[in-house]
Amino acid sequence: MNTVITTPKNRPDPRDVSKDDSMLKQKEMMARHFDRITSAPERGEKVCATFVPGNLNELIMCFDFANNLPEVNAIQNGLRKKSGQFVMEAEKLGHSEDVCTYVKSDIGMMAKGNIAPNGEKFPDPDVLLLSYTGCFTFLKWFELLREQYQCETILLHTPYEGDGKITDNMRQYMVKQLKEEVIPKLERVSGVKFDIDRLRENLRRSAKAEDDLVYVLQTAKKRPSPIDAYFGGIYYIGPIFGAYRGTDEAIDYYATLRQEIDARMAAGLGPVTPEGAMGEEKYRLVTEGPPNYTSFRDFWKMFYDEGAVVVASSYTKVGGVYDFGFRHDPDRPLETLAEYCLGVYTNRSLPQRVDMLVDYINEYEADGLLINSIKSCNSFSAGQLLMMREVEKRTGKPAAFIESDLVDPRYFSAANIKNRLESYFQMVDQKKAGGALKGAAA
Amino acid sequence: MKSTTEIIKRCQDLYEDLQFTAARDWKDAKPGRKVVGYMPIYVPREIIHAGGMLPLGIVGGGDQLEVIHGDAYYQSYICRIPRSTIELGVGGHLDFVDGMLFPSICDVIRNLSGMWKLMFPEVYSRYFDVPQNYSDDIGGNYYISELQELREGLEEHCSVKITDEALRASIAVYNENRRLVREVYAYRAKQPWKAPAADVYLLIRAGLVLPVEEHSQMLQDWLAAVDTEERPMKDNCRIIVTGLFCEQPPLNLIKSIELSGCYIVDDDLLLVSRWLIGDVPTEGDPMRNLADAFLHHSESTASKFEPNVAEKGQHLVRSVKENGAEGVIFASPSFCDPALLDRPMLQNVLNAANIPNIAFKYAENSGQMQPIREQAGTFADSIKLWSEA
Ligand code: SF4
Ligand code: SF4
Repeated sequence: MNTVITTPKNRPDPRDVSKDDSMLKQKEMMARHFDRITSAPERGEKVCATFVPGNLNELIMCFDFANNLPEVNAIQNGLRKKSGQFVMEAEKLGHSEDVCTYVKSDIGMMAKGNIAPNGEKFPDPDVLLLSYTGCFTFLKWFELLREQYQCETILLHTPYEGDGKITDNMRQYMVKQLKEEVIPKLERVSGVKFDIDRLRENLRRSAKAEDDLVYVLQTAKKRPSPIDAYFGGIYYIGPIFGAYRGTDEAIDYYATLRQEIDARMAAGLGPVTPEGAMGEEKYRLVTEGPPNYTSFRDFWKMFYDEGAVVVASSYTKVGGVYDFGFRHDPDRPLETLAEYCLGVYTNRSLPQRVDMLVDYINEYEADGLLINSIKSCNSFSAGQLLMMREVEKRTGKPAAFIESDLVDPRYFSAANIKNRLESYFQMVDQKKAGGALKGAAA
Repeated sequence: MKSTTEIIKRCQDLYEDLQFTAARDWKDAKPGRKVVGYMPIYVPREIIHAGGMLPLGIVGGGDQLEVIHGDAYYQSYICRIPRSTIELGVGGHLDFVDGMLFPSICDVIRNLSGMWKLMFPEVYSRYFDVPQNYSDDIGGNYYISELQELREGLEEHCSVKITDEALRASIAVYNENRRLVREVYAYRAKQPWKAPAADVYLLIRAGLVLPVEEHSQMLQDWLAAVDTEERPMKDNCRIIVTGLFCEQPPLNLIKSIELSGCYIVDDDLLLVSRWLIGDVPTEGDPMRNLADAFLHHSESTASKFEPNVAEKGQHLVRSVKENGAEGVIFASPSFCDPALLDRPMLQNVLNAANIPNIAFKYAENSGQMQPIREQAGTFADSIKLWSEA
């Protein structure tokens, strides 16, 4: 028997849904982020481009750079349905159809005039800070951009946690790179002298916002969960994974968000969706892997229409894993930056990633795991089928595997994904019914 | 004296033997012997050798292995080498291997290191990280500590002792092997009609599974024999193939390129055998010497960051000049991020230097060679026309 997915009738028209304060703030912060970058040259500010995982925003701020994050641009182009043409443009220029579509979206955007979401042109970066954390593609991506921009490129190499731990050797290697290469070069490009107290202040602010973020993410342990930790989570991580970590604005945003979520919790409400509050919570899921951005809304709708809420996700840990205790520590400024980079999700070994997902399923009392495997992202995807088996084995909870791409619309097949999800929810139902029967028999 | 045909026949047998009988026999010959597997591109085999163990190169299952289990571990959009390597593991082909090293080359091999830990917990498996920072006191010190951890890990898990003295001796043994491998390459570049690319490939590949001393002897024998044999020289053009540093092309692909009118005068196959350029000093601190060689005297490849923008791709331009090549073929495994992301940059460098080039993709189990023969043939023709013009 097929589960019929229907849209609940009593949901408000999306245009009538009033936005929470945090949403308005977030939107406005994003707009300001792009305005700051595009107006940097006229304000005499320099631009640094860097990646989200292992981004050193607190350090970058010490040199007064505007921080341009290429993945954020790719996501924006995905959400605005522009990435498809950019990816194809890059392929026309000779880039392989097999490689990461973030890179191609970025290169295609460049070829088409490098226009930011605010309609202004992105200025060329003055420096590429290649914090190479958790993904080999970064290395090639910035070599490609360097070829284009011919600007200073600074490498910060983050060793991989192959054995599932951070060793002193790794930490020292990174601190030495920061001290002897990264900081002097940033000083040279920016013309600003490094002030460690300024860094400490930024780190202190980061830790404060991180506390609130973790609080918010962990409210998903409640039933019903007041948040969706994947689709909604992506909005929540925006400021802290990007150019706002270490600022007062981020502190303010997360404090507001926390209050809102507290209020939802007190009222026994579920997550906010693009169509208003979610109905009854029927399924609690943990997700692994990035979402699809080109059909983000449709994708999300397939979940909330079914009463499925994501209570924890690995993707919202790519820009930092905070929920197991890590906080930026102003008393150990360089060490803490190293540990931050070393600890991001994709820099963790596969067994660590499995442990994390198992933990999430247990701690958040989830019904199962859903993996969205991204065609063009080896960093996430290689090994996910084994991860799925391991998590199923250890938790006894069913897992499902769907496939799409981050920003290439050619690899989002709504019908296939919907089918998969339908069967999966049935499986969860059966498992629950079986569990209930067993419980009744006992 | 052995003929090259005899030598290559032995190499071909080793290549086809997916049970790794030679390595098994070596292990069984004396109690307590250990075998440590490694994947592309590079590991310091000296450290394994110095512990009296056999380093065993694992480069996937090629086109002879039927992949049954491996496909259940990988999506269709991931290259072939990890799935056939898993197949080797699950199918018991590697059940005699005591350790596995997964070099830092790409996210796929990196994640495979964790898969190995989950699937084969009794085996010592290690992700072998290498620095992308080439300063002695930054990347160098980090690398020396990594080497030390590897050394201690092997000592503990394989119950061996790896002394400095043994390390220096192993460095000398591998120096000789690298010299001979380069001699073979130089010979081929000079007289490619006498050293078919498939023969050279098999010859070097035998070094992945044989004890290094035996392999060096084999190289010497081949070098001695090849000079005494006559083979007709064809009107082929001279090309370099690049992008094959990890997943191996089928042997037929190498043959097809040559059959279509291209002599291969350089390649980046099996880089472990010549990763370090020049001799590693045998005096002084052996770990420091290995680190120096890695940082300052090693090959360029896609998984290494090139800090100097002006240097990007120049290794290819130099190879073209030194080996008298007339063009470059980019042959990359499908879905291979490092090779495919690097390719456009390298192509730009070659185009700027007026070096003709073409590109295609392959998989280790590609069966159809006709399209490749056609492409390589057209490329060869255009080079000839171009040089006559
Ligand atoms: S491969 Fe994956 S992790 Fe790496 S840049 Fe692309 S999307 Fe990001
Ligand atoms: S073939 Fe390429 S992507 Fe695949 S494992 Fe090797 S280097 Fe990585």
